Amino acid sequence: MFYIFCPYCKEHREEEEFHPRGQAHLMRPEDPENTSDEEWGDYLFFRDNPRGIHHEMWVHSVGCRKFFNITRNTVTYEILETYPMGEQPTITAESEGVRLEQGAQVADGGWQTVGARPENKALNEEASS
Amino acid sequence: MTQSNRISTGGRIDRSHGLEFNFNGQSYQGYAGDTLASALLANGVDIVNRSFKYSRARGIVAAGAEEPNALVQLGARKDTQVPNVRSTQQALYDGLVARSTNGWPNVQRDVMSWVGKLGGNFMPPGFYYKTFMSPASMWMTYEKYIRMGAGLGRAPTESDPDIYDHMHHHCDVLVIGAGPAGLAAALSAARGGARVILCDEQEEMGGSLLDSRETLDGTSPVAWIEKTISELASMATVTLLPRTTANGYHDHNFVTLHERRTEHLADTASDAGFPGQARARLHRVRATRVVLASGTHERPVVYANNDLPGNMVAGAVSTYIRRYAVVPGNSLVLTTSNDHAYRAALDWQEAGRKVVAIVDARANPDGDLVRQARDSGIRVITGSAVIEAKGTQRVSGARVSAVDLDHFVVTGRIEDLECDTIASSGGYSPVVHLSSHTGTRPKWHEDMLGFLPGDVKDMISTGGVAGHYALGETLADGARAGRQAAIDSGFENAEELKLPDIKERRDGPSCALYQAPHEKQGLRAPKQFVDMQNDVTASAIELATREGFESIEHVKRYTALGFGTDQGKLGNINGMAIAARCLGRSIPEVGTTVFRPNYTPITFGAIVGRHCDEFFDPKRYTALHQWHVENGAEFEDVGLWKRPWYFPRNANGKKENMHDAVARECLAVREGVGILDASTLGKIDIQGPDAREFLGRVYTNKWAKLEPGRVRYGLMCKDDGMLMDDGTTSCLGDNHFLMTTTTGGAAAVLEWLELWHQTEWPELQVYFNSVTDHWATMTVTGPDARKLMSEVTDIDLDREKFKFMDWKEGNVAGIPARVFRISFTGELAYEINVQANYAMHVWKTLFEHGEKYNLTPYGTETMHVLRAEKGLIIVGQDTDGSVTPEDLGMHWAIGYDKPFHWIGKRALSRPDTMRGDRKQLVGLKPKDASIVLEEGAQIVLDPNESIPMTMMGHVTSSYYSPSLKGSFALAVLKNGRERMGETVYLPMSDGKTHEAEVVSTIFIDPKGERQNV
Repeated sequence: MFYIFCPYCKEHREEEEFHPRGQAHLMRPEDPENTSDEEWGDYLFFRDNPRGIHHEMWVHSVGCRKFFNITRNTVTYEILETYPMGEQPTITAESEGVRLEQGAQVADGGWQTVGARPENKALNEEASS
Repeated sequence: MTQSNRISTGGRIDRSHGLEFNFNGQSYQGYAGDTLASALLANGVDIVNRSFKYSRARGIVAAGAEEPNALVQLGARKDTQVPNVRSTQQALYDGLVARSTNGWPNVQRDVMSWVGKLGGNFMPPGFYYKTFMSPASMWMTYEKYIRMGAGLGRAPTESDPDIYDHMHHHCDVLVIGAGPAGLAAALSAARGGARVILCDEQEEMGGSLLDSRETLDGTSPVAWIEKTISELASMATVTLLPRTTANGYHDHNFVTLHERRTEHLADTASDAGFPGQARARLHRVRATRVVLASGTHERPVVYANNDLPGNMVAGAVSTYIRRYAVVPGNSLVLTTSNDHAYRAALDWQEAGRKVVAIVDARANPDGDLVRQARDSGIRVITGSAVIEAKGTQRVSGARVSAVDLDHFVVTGRIEDLECDTIASSGGYSPVVHLSSHTGTRPKWHEDMLGFLPGDVKDMISTGGVAGHYALGETLADGARAGRQAAIDSGFENAEELKLPDIKERRDGPSCALYQAPHEKQGLRAPKQFVDMQNDVTASAIELATREGFESIEHVKRYTALGFGTDQGKLGNINGMAIAARCLGRSIPEVGTTVFRPNYTPITFGAIVGRHCDEFFDPKRYTALHQWHVENGAEFEDVGLWKRPWYFPRNANGKKENMHDAVARECLAVREGVGILDASTLGKIDIQGPDAREFLGRVYTNKWAKLEPGRVRYGLMCKDDGMLMDDGTTSCLGDNHFLMTTTTGGAAAVLEWLELWHQTEWPELQVYFNSVTDHWATMTVTGPDARKLMSEVTDIDLDREKFKFMDWKEGNVAGIPARVFRISFTGELAYEINVQANYAMHVWKTLFEHGEKYNLTPYGTETMHVLRAEKGLIIVGQDTDGSVTPEDLGMHWAIGYDKPFHWIGKRALSRPDTMRGDRKQLVGLKPKDASIVLEEGAQIVLDPNESIPMTMMGHVTSSYYSPSLKGSFALAVLKNGRERMGETVYLPMSDGKTHEAEVVSTIFIDPKGERQNV
């Protein structure tokens, strides 16, 4: 169960007080009339499902009722930051990529089986080396 | 029965405190301090259960949470039954009653064992699926009998007499496990100033120290345990939780601890002398740092017939002797791969019983314990292993042979040794389960021959689980971990702990021994069990790999390795090692499966805590609820609300049925006047200079010109164009509106409004507040409504001054009220809103005046019939998230030419929403007016089409109408509006096919004159 820092209440609260509302930073097209069916369909139905850094919108539904954003690692479930509506994340997949090159720890996991898939075998060797 | 295996001295039992207990219908004696398992062993009970699949006789193997066999059904009464309790973890109490979970008619003579014996070789993994594959339709029949033969625990059939509760904690350091490492860690962290919780699953804290042969500061480790615990107990910042299992390790250092508070004393808390207190408690702990000191489980060696009663893991033998003063046999053979296990033989010999031999797989063992064993005159056979246990109901001998583990073959002459107990040790597996709950995979350490916890954020593993097996190392590592955890959680001045003196022992290196070879190969050898709880054998794993299951996750699912309440505690590593050998890979290449919560089973009571009944499923009542109860209402659940469903009358001592009550209520509204408690409708107060603009964006229709005093019906779509809610919104002032929502949609609509305001249009000045509970709503409706209202209100009810879709402020029954002329019945209607506290007075006043008009209370069922007769939809009943306003024929409520691009508009011009063959809302009139169609019934055009028929739509609402004197329905039907007058068919599951005519959705008063009178 997550322990979430509400950027409006300025304190950590239990996940039970919040609702997830899906991917953050979805832009409703400015001019729907001149948006193609495909573009509108993308906006309505298509969502990212990244392995790693993800920006999500949550609402403090039984708290302050405010919507805000979370940057979360979908592999480790670590919440890297929370920030109010209208702000941009300071941690992104790109910025984490930079950290990787600098030798920061790689989040592992995802596949449930070590070694059952070739890419995991590589991961394993990486982890044990 | 005498306690034939009890030693007269030693152990941590209280011989002055005898206890009686009953196992499988037979009475036995034990002592305070015993577990059920130790007491059974003391009494010489060999067979404690039958195995799950083959019904083989099984005995006690281990002494703790890792016990796979000795599961019992606990409880003396029907209402106190607890299934699948490990007898190794159940403290003995006076009057304890337990039964084996499996075995019929009893464990000594089990019918199913004959099936197991006869069919054993023919029951490979997948046996049931392979054998009972066809015909598929017979599987349900087979399954019934297969399940009768199998057996796990039985759920209690009566309600639990005990209560349970939850506690929430925040601490700096949570230490899991109170063995040497955990105690040192807790003391170290606590002295540093951290708030510490120390939990341990056993009856006593101390872990491996409680049966250790070693000394601390030159004396028994028990003295150090007592000193440490008493210091911890004296500190206000420390919480000690014995008998508490950390059963789940969740995200962000959230750990659930299952504390058993009275289960070691009696069946129930009351019986234990604590009436009204919680029997068990779930602690929900959010820890800054977790110190995992969960220790190790010893791995048994896999050899033939290793499941016979009398086969045990070596450490358990020591535990029973040293802690419980029970020697579980007379003559012992020990088979081992390491030095540490030698203590079992030494303890056995010191207890005065015979050690036949120690069989060591290593060629040249030479540690201190090995030397000590040899000095005590124990025969040590090197380079060898026990390859098979002999015996039927219990071990009667061991077959021993020299083995070549590299080539996995038996190399020497096989020697038969007579014995009644075989202890085995294939090394130690760190108890990584909890760390694995977090999704972190354990890592194989070849030097330790085991998996160690992976890196878990904010967790430190220490002691045995971190691969430190020597006592001195374990204590030092624990102290280090505790200090580090304190520093990490902000107590930077935590100091190093002074540790007790330990006489260092020299242990020689271990060798890798998971499975002993047998002179017969594979399936031809007697069964070698890997996972005893799930009856998984080495040959089953071999077969699985031959059949192409290469991933250990697939092997697991095919064979059931590591399933159930056991979660692979004893068997998993051996299973992986066997799979690895068969596949010609290393263990880390084969991988490990993921352990999941819970570590050991937890009762539903502890999970639920106080969240029972209304604390689990709260009920909401309107201000008028008491009146409804007193007037005999039947209630319906709508969301959390209890709403009157209908009001049956008693006539001639007989209670009206629903059909008659609803018919009477309907006619009262159509011909006289009725009243409905509509308080549950969601109400949202919307204020701000941009409130009107906001409404225009979230509703499909226009709001720009709605004047104060007027009301409008609105449709709310999602941006995909599908209807999500509907309701009326009234203009209270230029900057002030009152929105109503469906009863069930109130909270979701409020959040929806907030979502769009906060994320898309924060520049709009508008505020939302739920006022659902503030106002009670009473709908007075019917031709006589005006007459009744005129008697109780000062509002001018003149039809020209107070028109349909107007609202007025005034007094009703002397109470300030808002009255809305809106109608969900199609009749003249006034919706009276008053502050909820005054509702009962107003309601009763209406009835005082209404008596002469036969004012009739009606419920939701009548409301449904009346609205359906008018073709008025209910969102969620006539719609399902795939229905647009156009599908409903509500073109009139869509403002395509509104200036702003309101929610849902763009989607209404997508190709899918413009399709010609979309399902549209229509009315259906059954040809046989006495038949009320089933809601959900499918509509077809050709009743003679063969199955699968072309389904054209389905019935959404269907009732009997007393006004029409016949049945009618609403339905969604492809191209429905073009099919007016056509006949459609509704084939039912009973073989009958109903006929109906497609008609308008409005069955009564199509011009809408009645509501305008």
